[in-house]
Amino acid sequence: MTRTSAPSGDRTSGAAAPSPSRMVLSAADIDRALTRIAYEILEANKGSENLLLLGIPRRGFPLAQRLAAKLAATDPSIDPAAITGQLDVTMFRDDLAHQPTRAPQRTELPASGIDGKVVVLVDDVLYSGRTIRAALDALVDLGRPQAVRLAVLVDRGHRELPIRADHVGKNLPTSSAEKVRVRLAEIDGPGTVDEVVIEAGA
Amino acid sequence: MRHLLDTESLSRDHAIAILDTAQEMSAVGEREVKKLPALRGRTVVNLFFEDSTRTRISFEAAAKRLSADVINFSAKGSSVSKGESLKDTAQTLEAMSADAVVIRHWASGAPARLANSGWIDAAVINAGDGTHAHPTQALLDAFTMRAHWAGLAGTPSVGGDLAGMRVIIAGDVLHSRVARSNVWLLRTLGARVTLVAPPTLLPVGVEHWPCEVSYDLDAALEKGVDAVMMLRVQAERMNASFFPSTREYARRWGFDDARLARLDALALKDTIVMHPGPMNRGLEISSAAADSPRSTVLDQVRNGVSVRMAALYLLLSGDLKSTPAPAPSAALPLVKDLP
Repeated sequence: MTRTSAPSGDRTSGAAAPSPSRMVLSAADIDRALTRIAYEILEANKGSENLLLLGIPRRGFPLAQRLAAKLAATDPSIDPAAITGQLDVTMFRDDLAHQPTRAPQRTELPASGIDGKVVVLVDDVLYSGRTIRAALDALVDLGRPQAVRLAVLVDRGHRELPIRADHVGKNLPTSSAEKVRVRLAEIDGPGTVDEVVIEAGA
Repeated sequence: MRHLLDTESLSRDHAIAILDTAQEMSAVGEREVKKLPALRGRTVVNLFFEDSTRTRISFEAAAKRLSADVINFSAKGSSVSKGESLKDTAQTLEAMSADAVVIRHWASGAPARLANSGWIDAAVINAGDGTHAHPTQALLDAFTMRAHWAGLAGTPSVGGDLAGMRVIIAGDVLHSRVARSNVWLLRTLGARVTLVAPPTLLPVGVEHWPCEVSYDLDAALEKGVDAVMMLRVQAERMNASFFPSTREYARRWGFDDARLARLDALALKDTIVMHPGPMNRGLEISSAAADSPRSTVLDQVRNGVSVRMAALYLLLSGDLKSTPAPAPSAALPLVKDLP
């Protein structure tokens, strides 16, 4: 569970000594991907009307906030705080009985609610698709959105359910033994450089 | 954490994990669909050998909000009145594949016996046993206090404790499992507890508890207090004379109108008045105090459902049954790595 494996200094070599981790997205790459996703969201929605960005804890939420800020930069009529929320899916997971107990996180919806909105779920890594399935169940209990879309920073494949993302930052072919780590300053502490790395499996 | 039997053995991390989880659970009550699927297909048995209103209803509501199936059992009208033993009753429930047993019993230690005897495999939650412990009541009291304490400090209550809070627990300490559970839990969470009771209503050995003891409610209030918890005078357990008359008790140890006014005079504008219920109005607490804005009696009932949801969720989900408990938060960063 340690995430100290990223060596400082030159990370682009990819073969740093202590743990074989490889950076696949730098801070600038992440920012560019989010900018593109923001435009894609506006394009797919034909404007900013009825948009709602719901981040899935933990790292989906800061990504949703960043996307909202980018939307607001292109369309001044958008209030980023009013269209961003956080959707906890812990209680809806299908592996609750088989994994160590997880503490539920906060669910916070914008005051407008989700009824009739176009909800864009935002998460960092799309893998088996089970988190998204849980998120869809969680949404049903909160209201009836007009449409639900999915934006992820990284799609690493290995889907176990018929789920796909509408907006993808980067498609990342991985082996299931590898681990994809997303580090974001909002979650991993100030001073952390945003990055996505692949670590070889133990 | 396999069972929830008392608060003495509850670590600070576990206590705060339960309170934090309860905080998230409390949001469910305000949603359109007041239900979570987390315990779908699990069976919770409410095994009540002693009368109860709010605890049983609260546990039932909590289990149902988590989608568990609930079987209610009360000793009255069951085979217990034909002389069936606790062991046989418990094993009957086991045969019906109960995943958790919520037990209230008149005998101190009955839940621990059920949990440790190997009779049954289910998780055991103590819902009050004799004069021993009532952990979920203490947790909901701590939850209520923490919300108040964090509100005063302007900090988020999640992750916080009760460091520095001054709490008076006054009344029938001798018969009170609520007081016993609260003393230990509040100590764990960093509060300073003072017990106030007539000498006849204090148990032997109270000087070894992690709290101060006083016989004088007014003097204890003078010293400053952030929460006053009044305990019910448990007439049904009193088979001796513990005080001369109810009138004298109300005058010296009851939270009456004069003491309510005294809080204002002492400039303790943020002090809350708590009561675990059911209240003897006019005896340990006056109606004016029970219905004043300081009173958190109904908040406590409301928070009870959230806290019990948290306890059921933490005990019944996950594979804590086979492995020693890891800190719940430590499991979170791994979400993406799960197969």
